[in-house]
This record gives sequence, C-alpha cells and structure tokens, in this order.
Amino acid sequence: MRKLIQSAALLTTVAFPVQALANPDVIKQTSNPDQWAIQTGDYANTRYSKLDQINRDNVKNLKVAWTFSTGVLRGHEGAPLVIGNTMYVHTPFPNIVYALDLNQDGKILWKYEPKQDPSVIPVMCCDTVHRGVAYADGMIFLHQADTTVVALDAKTGKEIWKAVNGDPKKGETNTATVLPVKDKVIVGISGAEFGVRGHVTAYDMKTGKQLWRAFSTGPDSEMMIDPEKTMSLGKPVGKDSSLKTWTGDQWKIGGGSSWGWYSYDPETNLFFYGTANPSTWNPVQRASADGKPIDQKWTMSIFARDADTGVAKWAYQMTPFDEWDYDGVNEMILADIPVGGQPRKALVHFDRNGLGYTLDRVTGELLVAQKYDPKVNWTTGVVMDKNSPQYGRPQVVPAMSTFQTGQDKNTKGVCPAALGAKDQQPAAYSPRTGLFYVPTNHVCMDYEPFRVSYTAGQPYVGATLSMYPAPGSHGGMGNFIAWDAGQGKIAWSVPEQFSVWSGALATAGGVVFYGTLEGYLKAVDEKDGKELFKFKTPSGIIGNVMTYTHNGKQQVAVLSGIGGWAGIGLAAGLTNPTDGLGAVGGYAGLRDYTALGGVLTVFTLP
Amino acid sequence: MKHFGIGFALATFALLAALPLTTSGSSQDKPAKTEEDGKWAEADGTPTYNITADGKVDWYTYSGFRRYHSECHVCHGPEGEGSTYAPGLIGSMKTMKYMEFMEVVAGGRTITRPDKTSVMPALGDNANVMCYLDDIYVYLKARTDGALPRGSRPERAVEKPETAIQHEKTCIGS
Repeated sequence: MRKLIQSAALLTTVAFPVQALANPDVIKQTSNPDQWAIQTGDYANTRYSKLDQINRDNVKNLKVAWTFSTGVLRGHEGAPLVIGNTMYVHTPFPNIVYALDLNQDGKILWKYEPKQDPSVIPVMCCDTVHRGVAYADGMIFLHQADTTVVALDAKTGKEIWKAVNGDPKKGETNTATVLPVKDKVIVGISGAEFGVRGHVTAYDMKTGKQLWRAFSTGPDSEMMIDPEKTMSLGKPVGKDSSLKTWTGDQWKIGGGSSWGWYSYDPETNLFFYGTANPSTWNPVQRASADGKPIDQKWTMSIFARDADTGVAKWAYQMTPFDEWDYDGVNEMILADIPVGGQPRKALVHFDRNGLGYTLDRVTGELLVAQKYDPKVNWTTGVVMDKNSPQYGRPQVVPAMSTFQTGQDKNTKGVCPAALGAKDQQPAAYSPRTGLFYVPTNHVCMDYEPFRVSYTAGQPYVGATLSMYPAPGSHGGMGNFIAWDAGQGKIAWSVPEQFSVWSGALATAGGVVFYGTLEGYLKAVDEKDGKELFKFKTPSGIIGNVMTYTHNGKQQVAVLSGIGGWAGIGLAAGLTNPTDGLGAVGGYAGLRDYTALGGVLTVFTLP
Repeated sequence: MKHFGIGFALATFALLAALPLTTSGSSQDKPAKTEEDGKWAEADGTPTYNITADGKVDWYTYSGFRRYHSECHVCHGPEGEGSTYAPGLIGSMKTMKYMEFMEVVAGGRTITRPDKTSVMPALGDNANVMCYLDDIYVYLKARTDGALPRGSRPERAVEKPETAIQHEKTCIGS
C-alpha cells in the first residue's frame, strides 16, 4: 500500500508538469511572445522576448507606427500590456487604464478612471508614478495609488472586485504592479519615507478576499517566518530575528516597504521580492540602546516565500543597518546560469547599494556579490568566507558611514547616492548571451542625518542629501551595462549623460532596447552595446520597453513622460552647470532637453 | 505625540500680529535687521537669513536647508527649484509673505486645474516642519533673493547654538 501511494505520488509529479502549479493562464499568456501579459514579461522577470523580426541589421529602419497621449503629465513608469489584439495602457495618478484596439491604431475600447482622494498625492514619495497593471484569467489587476486593489473585466473594464490594502492617512500608498500567481494576486506597499511597516499581501484572484499578510518587521508569526525552517545564509534565522535587531518598538514604524518587482519560480513555488529601507534615514536614531549599529531585520532584504502559504523559505539581508537609503526592492531575475563552472538555479539582483548579487534561488546561498559600478565606495565588499562571523555582510568604509560621521554632520562623497547605483528600473536577461543588461545611475552624494519625530502620515526622513555625477568619471550620471552574473563582472558599459531610468528589453533579434531621460529610445547590439538606432520621443523615458506582434509584425513600445525620482532630482539639474565639480557636459538640467507629457510610442519596421 | 496643529500656528500668528508691522516701501532705506542668539529678523520681526562676506550662513538658514531637503524637496525639488509636479518655491516666495507661507504650510491647499490636481498637504501636525518653520522660511527667502546661489551646499558659519539645541529638545522631543 505504501509503495502504491509512493508511486502514485510519483505519477502525479510526472503527470502534471510544473506549469500546472502556477497560474496556467499567466504561463500560457506569457509564453506566447506575440503578447506581453505581465509587466516583467515573464514570471522570471527576464524581460527577454523570443521575437526576432527586428534584428541587428534592420533595427536602424524602425519607424513610428502610431502614438497615443495618456492625457496625464506626471512620471510614466512601467509599460503597456498586450493580450491578443488589445493593448492595456496605465497612467500615473489618477491611475487611468485604457484598453486600446490594435486593429484600429489604438482606438479606445474602454477607459477606467478610479475615483481617488487627491490627498494621497503628497503622501507619495517621489512623484505619483505607477508601474502598471497585470493580466490573468480574463482580468486586469490594478493596484491604485491609494492602495485599492481592483480587478477589471479585461473585455469591458467593469469592476469585478475591490480590496483595500492600506491607509494613505498613515503614509501607506502604492506605486507597484501586482503578481498574479495561481489563484492569488500578491501585492506590496510603499511608504518607508513615512514610517510605515512594510508587508506583502495575497488576495483571492476571484473574490478579492485577503488571504494572508506577511510583514517585513516584527514578531515571527506576523512576518510569516518559521524560526527553525526559514533559512538565511545556510542557517535557520532563529527566534525573534527581527525584534532582536531593533530598539524598542521602532520596528512598528520601521519601513521595509515592498514596492519593487516580484518574480516567481513555478518549480519551487517560491516568489521573490526585496524590502526597502528602515525608517528614518537618520541611522543615529535607529542605533541600539548602547549606541551601536543593529541590523533592523528584515529591511533591505531579499525574501523567498511560498506562493500558497506566504511562509518565508529564506531571507538574506543585503545592507544591515542602512545608513544611506539603499532600498532592497529592485527586481529579482531568475535565470539558470553557470556560476564557478557549475550550472545554478540563480537569482540575480542589482541592489541600490551598488552590488550585483547572485544567489541560489532554491536555498538562498550567496554565490556572488560584486560592484556593478566601479565607483561604489561605501563598502570594500561582502565577506564570502562561510566560516567568518561576518559571512554575507558588507564591510562598511568608516569614512563613508553616515552613522560614524554622526548626526548634524555631513558625510561627503558617498557612492552610490541614495537613488542607488540602480533604482527600480528593471534589467533584462538574454539567454542568448547569458548577459544581464542593466540601466544604472552613476551618481554620488553628501548625506547629513538629523533628528526627526514620527507623525502618522507625515514624512519621516531625517537626512538631507546633495547628489552629483560620480566624480573622476565620464561626467555623465548613468551607464547602460552588460553584466556577467556568474563572474560578477561588467562585460561592457555605455556612458549616458543622465541616469538610465528605463527598464531594458532583450530580444532574440540580438537587439537590446532602453530609454533615456532626454527621451531617446535606443537600440544597442547585445554583444558590445554599439548603438544601432535611436529616436527622440516626446518626453523623457522612465518607462520600460516592451515588444509584441500585431498582424504578423513585431512592434516595440515604450511610455514617455518624465518624472519620478528622476523628475525631482534631475529635472531641476543636480548641480549648477557652472560649479566646480569639473566634468564636462552632463550637468545641465534635464529641463533643457525635455518637458512633461505622457505619450506611448509604438515602433515597427516599414 | 505632541500636537502641533492649528493651536501652534495660531499662536505664532498672534505673536506676529502683536509685532509692530512696518511695511516695506514706507522707507527707501532698508531698515537694519537684528540678531538675537544667532537668529536674525527684519525690523518688522519677520525672520530672515544672514550670510557672511565669505558666503557662510547662520545656523537657522542652514537648519532650514536641511529640513527643506528632508521634508519638502521630494515635491518641491532640490533647493526650491520645483519638480515635475510641484511648483518651484523660489518663484512663489517672491510674492508670498511670511504669514501666507505659514498658513499654507500649516493648513495645506488644493488647486484643481483641468490637467491636474495639485495638493499641498497640511503640515500643521508635522513636528519636523513646524518646529523649524522659520528656518525653512529663511532658507527659501535666501534662495529667492538670490543670496544663496544654486548648486552649492550652504556652509554654516556657526555650529548649532544652545538656543537651537534647547528648542529642538522641547519642540521635537528627544
């Protein structure tokens, strides 16, 4: 009998391919390269398309096929989706969703505009951006700025269900897309600059009923951490791993929000995401009772959680006791790549702190942690010796420690700046080259922390920053790089005048696409970054490039619309063009190049 | 949690109203500003900045620079220059008087236009703003008047005065 059960179990495993574990519809829709069904292109977040009509030879002939104004002026992040002959375009606040008919040059099939209290606007850190909708099972999922999660009928735009995920009066807002997995929609939250307590929440895809919520900080049960089974760097995390690393009840207003990109691995049924900075930005106020740095777990961490139960399988904290606002929310790209000569089921993550991490996504083992911008200077690197008590921890350079320099004192020349060597703008992975294509910031900062008090719904920042292009470099504020995640090395790097704030797209045609803050859509060769095509769109690009097929022809689309953090930090120019920082060119304000305006531009070959 | 709401703002207005108000324009010569414990004020009592010959600022202007870039700059841009969705304050401060500045900061305001809605939140409950309202005002005034140029981080001429340390303790708590 026992034997029978065993073989039945075995049969089950064989009979149902791994895809059956995931949402079959998402797998089906995303595996069709003619479509773009979720923001990240696929569950693995590769942003790679199998389409190859547009290639290295003919990309220079790309022409604008049609355009569409979103009617909204603020920063446009994310990308449109395409399902069949319908394109879904979202906007920043007020978070309009348009369904456009691709058979009629983008005629509007329906428009959904949620009614939101405009008082949510100033509670959103860094512009009212939104990183897009997701599609599954005939529904479009929108997580609004005011944290309302809504499911729309993809055919009609009618509301199917609504759920409320947070309270903007406490500074809880949303800018992120959602992850549809199986019968659930998994969502994050923003607000670490307002002292929220970050969490990730699952809703029933059919009804919108809340199923579970896992916080980033606090008691084990509320974080859905099993002290014995949740692993970190090969060991169980142990009891009260978060509570032990905070002073008093600061974890209740400790940040660790979850506003980045989520990936999912059907094979292990794990989903992956990062947590943001601890609140406040003043590390002195977060020190231990005896005035020493303490980790503030699990802010600044990568989480791998079971998609059914929400329970954490492993976690890894990249920047313990953050002193620079190096949010850990950037995308987690799942790729099977060789590391040290061995094929690994890897997770690759380009952190705000300037380190490119490669981990084993099944176990959370740390494989590679290397600087992906040579100017990164706050750390000498991560200890990789498993026997060291410092294993897995970045070693902080004392002169760059805003904590050691102290409150009311200015720590100068820290690289990268708080916007990170890379912010949320997602990288792409091409299985053709085995390389990761990464949009980066090349910006450094001075950072002065000072005392702040917490009031619900009010900024809880506590530091002032000055940012400027990385000194002693090419003078620009960005690079577009290709990264070998197995070795932790830059393969090639293309300098950009401004930060590259646009998500990349890699294609089977050998062409990699990205946008620039001046507004160019650029196509480069996957091999060496050589520019093959560029076109200046109506406004700066902070959106992500996507591709699809219509009537048998490959199309490339991107949202323009300057804004976001780039709009705050760069629109007015980081520094005076005439000041003495000494590099050429790059300092002039972005306002000399582009102006506001949300526009979709679609390209195709003639 | 302390209450920094309307009571605080009203008390400040009352105090201000009690001061002798000499409007500018009544005299061609700008009346001299005065200093008390490192805090500078116009003859009419309006707080103001002080910048030394070598370009260094008084503590309160420096403090205003810091608080501005902690509380205000995510909307109003670096150094009051504005952003893609909130106005540059060095423009609006040209016409905005001290009283109106305090009103708008404490009470907020909403402007609805066909293309967008702008919301200035009420910051009356925010100790990080209200405890340093004069500081932020004098910093922005220095920027507006062109006394503090763009792109350079102001240098403080003096360290934090004892009055400021005490004020911070009582106002914001420790």
